[in-house]
Amino acid sequence: MQKTKFILGGLLILAAVAYLIVSSTQASKEYFMTVNEVKAEGAAAVGKSLRLSGAVVGDTIEYDASTLTLTFEVAHVTGDNDEIAAQGGLAAVLKQAAADTTRERVKVVYVGPKPDLLRNEAQAIMTGKIGADGVFQADELLLKCPTKYEQAVPEQAAAQ
Amino acid sequence: MVAEFGYGILAVSFLVAIYSVFAAVYGVTKQSAAWVQSARRSMLLMFPLISIAAAALIYLLVNDHYEVAFVYEVTSRSMPTYLKVTAWWGGQAGSLVFWSWLLAAFTSAVTIRKWDRDIEFLPWVIVVCSTTLIFFLGLVIFYENPFARFWNVIGNIEPHMFAPANATLFTAQDGRGLNPLLRHPGMVIHPPMLYLGFVSFVIPYAFAMAALITGRTDDRWIRLTRRWSLWAWLFLSLGLVLGGRWAYDVLGWGGYWGWDPVEIAAFMPWLTGTAFLHSVMIQEKRGLLKHWNMILVILTYDLVIFGTFLTRSGVLSSVHAFANSPIGPLFMAFVTLTFVASIALVIWRWPSLHSETEMKSMLSREALFLLNNLLFMSVLVVCFWGVIFPLMSELFTGQKVTVGPPFYERATGPLFAALMFLMGVAPLSAWGNSTIQTLGRAMWKSALAATIITVVLFFTYTQNIIALIGFFLIALVLLVTFQEFGRGALARQKTQNENFFVALSRLMGRNRRRYGGYIIHISMMLMAIGILGMEAFQIETQGTLAQGESMKIAEYKVVFDNVASWDNNAQEVNYTRATVKIYKGDQYIGELHPRKDMYFSGQPMSIPGQRSTMRDDLYVLLVDWQPISSTAATFKIFVNPLVNWLWIGSLLFFVGVIFAAWPDRDPAEEPSRATRRVSHTSAAD
Repeated sequence: MQKTKFILGGLLILAAVAYLIVSSTQASKEYFMTVNEVKAEGAAAVGKSLRLSGAVVGDTIEYDASTLTLTFEVAHVTGDNDEIAAQGGLAAVLKQAAADTTRERVKVVYVGPKPDLLRNEAQAIMTGKIGADGVFQADELLLKCPTKYEQAVPEQAAAQ
Repeated sequence: MVAEFGYGILAVSFLVAIYSVFAAVYGVTKQSAAWVQSARRSMLLMFPLISIAAAALIYLLVNDHYEVAFVYEVTSRSMPTYLKVTAWWGGQAGSLVFWSWLLAAFTSAVTIRKWDRDIEFLPWVIVVCSTTLIFFLGLVIFYENPFARFWNVIGNIEPHMFAPANATLFTAQDGRGLNPLLRHPGMVIHPPMLYLGFVSFVIPYAFAMAALITGRTDDRWIRLTRRWSLWAWLFLSLGLVLGGRWAYDVLGWGGYWGWDPVEIAAFMPWLTGTAFLHSVMIQEKRGLLKHWNMILVILTYDLVIFGTFLTRSGVLSSVHAFANSPIGPLFMAFVTLTFVASIALVIWRWPSLHSETEMKSMLSREALFLLNNLLFMSVLVVCFWGVIFPLMSELFTGQKVTVGPPFYERATGPLFAALMFLMGVAPLSAWGNSTIQTLGRAMWKSALAATIITVVLFFTYTQNIIALIGFFLIALVLLVTFQEFGRGALARQKTQNENFFVALSRLMGRNRRRYGGYIIHISMMLMAIGILGMEAFQIETQGTLAQGESMKIAEYKVVFDNVASWDNNAQEVNYTRATVKIYKGDQYIGELHPRKDMYFSGQPMSIPGQRSTMRDDLYVLLVDWQPISSTAATFKIFVNPLVNWLWIGSLLFFVGVIFAAWPDRDPAEEPSRATRRVSHTSAAD
């Protein structure tokens, strides 16, 4: 009798936790996407919570300090680590992506202070949603500066 | 010279560790005390050996030996000496040495104790600790060597330990320097605290495995390691809190916890460790949950190793950010191997870990402790799910999906609420049997008072339902806990004829663990006030202000006064410091100086201007400014209600754990549960 009660109680907790996890996952999942993937999905991507990554194109950065509105474009960068390694590391890939005008790009709008790390060839990881007009409305903007990925080996020029 | 010497010493300690494992196992199989003693002595050698290697590394760091790759990565000439020393754990290779050094210290401390009747544990404790050491030292020696130097190999600069053919040693002019974000005092002590916590959990695990292997599966191993677990838990908790404080002071996003995978990696062993601390009491008092405790200590150990790996390798964010580290698969292999081996031992000893009594009532103290354990494990499952979900979904659906902070907040919120409710009920329940009636009688006054407080808050402070539920639970736990202090002291006052305060202090002194635990419960509730304040009431605004212009947030008014920039060449940094005047209503209450430090290396750092009160923090960030005219600047401003309670709670937490863990007598002298049950001498419940 007691044993059944304990087992029932345990099952109840299990069910509650499973429900919490499943419903919270559904409510807050974000899709990782590259620029190409977003373009390929087209209208299907509109309204989904996305985490978009790409290389910042320096010339496209505009900032209106009075409204704190920041716009810029990101160019496609592959999400595959092996491919990045094959192409000479992330810094090289980002550099290439920002310079290559034939690549797919997505325009990004973000309202807020302009981050210091926002510059040409930075890697941007943005969470937000893409509008029907193809413009990505970013709620959150994370930037990684290419210098962080430099080989941990000093430049020859630094030698005496 | 020094680099080769340090590396040589590491290699020697690696071999000594391997020897100690063999000597210990051989000693047990041949029943030779001399071999076990030899294993013990070689174990004692580990600490001085690794200390010497660490000293060599510190020597290189402090004396600007930029031919050493690790020194080049984490220090630079402009750094003050103390930062060069702490750069030891500022990079992966060094922090693995640091880990090994701490483990060697703890293992030495354990092996040096008088073993007397526990001598049969000794060889196996040595085996477990040494194996862990061998793993970490192996990583350092073969993969992440902090002593590797730069060599000029036909025009290419490459890091190697020993000179490749036709290579000349290459010395860089200056190092890259420790990331300025890590130069904060909080960051200087945060990693060591976390590591102290991580490493001390190895000791209870080692004793648990020794208990399984020798078949002495009574609660002796738990008694022997009770204080280790408490200290481990203390340091782990402090590490987490310091990390949060550092984020709040330096990272400039107005918060202290972001459910980042690396944070979760440190949080997961804390969850199992907390569950473990609670459930071992059930085994000590009632002889229940023995399998469970074994599983918890194994999980904690492997989550510690896993956490060390995650915090250092960045494998989780690697999906989009970092380069893969070669040591990742090795860590995973080690975690898997130790986990499978440990669980196999538990299964092998399963019958001897049977419970001595049965759980009779769903409301008994032991049943509520079990529930507490299940809830902690549920939080763990939620965290683990959040961390592996991106990997899983990519594996099974091919699509990269992730979950952010809202997932964790939503899924853990009800679980934390349930834990708080338990914190209010469990201290009132009795061992063996409790009923709704007995619990209700003990609780109704506190519950009524908490309800009144909640109603008052509803009319005076907030109408937010979730916050009100939170405040009700906090009030309930605080009141119940105070009631417990009062009830115990009053009872003692009557029987011993003492003054109330004398009675209270003697009562607490005689039951350190129990009342230390209650102090910790109170501290957790203070922290909960801060967390609730941030989660439910944090507000923010941002805007660009011309000189003299103002911005309003809550009842505060922030007026921009001026901004100035200057270089500090010695520190290689440019400071920009704004002055804003703060008004509450129309009353002037002071100035704040948010700062933006731009290191010449390109790393920016935002230091908020903070005005901290018990009611709320005004947190002003300088975001942008016009460099020439200095007439306008952009600010981001947060009002963080009640967040100070989080830090106050942490301090009290520290007091509580110290109180509970303070050594009063040798645990070996304590009567075991069986004898105590006969003699009824202990005042503890």
